[in-house]
Amino acid sequence: MIYADNAATTKMSSAAIAAMMPYITEYYGNPSSLYLAGQKAKEAIERARESVARCIGAQPREILFTSGGSESDNQAILSAAMIGKKQGKRHIVSDPIEHHAVLHTLKKLEKEGFEITFLPVYGEGVVRAEDLKNAVRDDTCLVTVMYANNEIGTIQPIGEIGRFCRERGILFHTDAVQAVGHIPVDVVKDGVDLLSASAHKFHGPKGVGFLYAKRGIPLSNLIEGGAQERGKRAGTENVPGIVAAAAALEESAAKMEENARKLSALRDRLICGLSEISHSALNGDAHKRLPSNVNFCFEGIEGESLLLLLDDKGICASSGSACTSGSLDPSHVLLAIGRVHDVAHGSLRLTLGEDADTEDVDYIIRSVKEVVERLRGFSPVWRDLTSGKKPFIL
Amino acid sequence: MALYSEKVMDHFRNPRNVGVIEDADGVGEVGNAKCGDIMKMYLKIDNDTVTDVKFETFGCASAVASSSMATELIKGKPVSEVMRLTNKAVAEALDGLPDYKMHCSVLAEEAIAKALEDYFSKHPEKRIQ
Ligand SMILES: Cc1ncc(COP(=O)(O)O)c(C=O)c1O
Ligand SMILES: [Zn+2]
Repeated sequence: MIYADNAATTKMSSAAIAAMMPYITEYYGNPSSLYLAGQKAKEAIERARESVARCIGAQPREILFTSGGSESDNQAILSAAMIGKKQGKRHIVSDPIEHHAVLHTLKKLEKEGFEITFLPVYGEGVVRAEDLKNAVRDDTCLVTVMYANNEIGTIQPIGEIGRFCRERGILFHTDAVQAVGHIPVDVVKDGVDLLSASAHKFHGPKGVGFLYAKRGIPLSNLIEGGAQERGKRAGTENVPGIVAAAAALEESAAKMEENARKLSALRDRLICGLSEISHSALNGDAHKRLPSNVNFCFEGIEGESLLLLLDDKGICASSGSACTSGSLDPSHVLLAIGRVHDVAHGSLRLTLGEDADTEDVDYIIRSVKEVVERLRGFSPVWRDLTSGKKPFIL
Repeated sequence: MALYSEKVMDHFRNPRNVGVIEDADGVGEVGNAKCGDIMKMYLKIDNDTVTDVKFETFGCASAVASSSMATELIKGKPVSEVMRLTNKAVAEALDGLPDYKMHCSVLAEEAIAKALEDYFSKHPEKRIQ
């Protein structure tokens, strides 16, 4: 099997599994308890906090462990909105290709009287700092722009946005779920105030993540209760998960350069191979792009069928087609970069893992070519396109 | 549990009656690219019987399998019977479809109805009330 859906989730690393084991089998005590088994667990959490902080250039006390990317996004945005509200500021700037964890939280705030401005992302799927400069107002309380996009892999100009927000005294949150552990992230250099991350995207366990909040930024609780996480996130800590998350990130950070170099080369080989398919197009900027991400649209076919036939060939991938999600609309990201419905339904996302090699990539290229040709063979849309009844879009 | 039944996957992987009938007596196309599924049915009708049927589908596995199964259900059947084909019968013959995929099987029923309508419009005397 070739697992090419690493943007959806990753395999846990052996280091992460090994790190968590003692906290399942031996030091299973409650970190809030006074006896040794509890205190060992408490120490492990604090070590994990230091390690995670180091990997993104933060201070340990600025890290809050959560249940993952979605929770971190929710808490970051709702906290910033609360701070804004107290100052009479109810305007937020974001962009249309954010994850639903961000978009749905913004929608909720909109219902509460906040105004949201969405920056254009253009055909390349990248926001421009000039647009941000024109979009902010005196009552802007938050700018939230993701570090890298989960579908099309585009990397946003985070440093530029962060510096601008810092100058203007506006809080800046970035959903860095797809970036942390894969490309360099430094909250100080990037001028980030709030940052979300999720362990299962960098070979840690599912259901664990963290929120970075720059010292002095008051967070609002999503979960009330005990005094865990400095009173900002109640509930007995997921000790094994937190320890494993830190171990996974340590390893990803240590191998980041090597992995990125290797993956970018494989990615470009894959892009090059798939470009040979007629009437296809790469989605998202070719250069400002995560090392592992390839996303294509193929005209005349539908994504779910493509995925299932690839699954038959042992390839795990994903698509932005409506029929894979159960909704009637294809991916909001593909629509935002200007892909029309007809074409957006025929999208394919391949996100390579660090253990992939050129042989895998060549096998993927061959398989996709075969499957696309097969599906086009009985597609009425393809017939209309090739017979000239309808014009090609791609 | 897999997303689809064995039957759905079988019809999806090896769709029956795929293709075009150049001199079809009735052709029906339904769906649109906006919703993600498009189905086209071609019928050959002789002596009030569907003697041949072919289809083309742009869509998910559920849409492909529904069209394939529908063609098997109507091939060789009298027009009066074909008219009564429901998406429920298609879905049942496929050992069921996930709830949110039922709308894809509706297209098969609709494409056949539309192809019959095309046939009746050319042969009004054949219209069954
Ligand atoms: C960009 C982005 N943000 C947020 C999330 C949500 O993370 P989690 O699954 O940990 O809640 C994901 C993962 O799907 C993501 O890719
Ligand atoms: Zn469908």
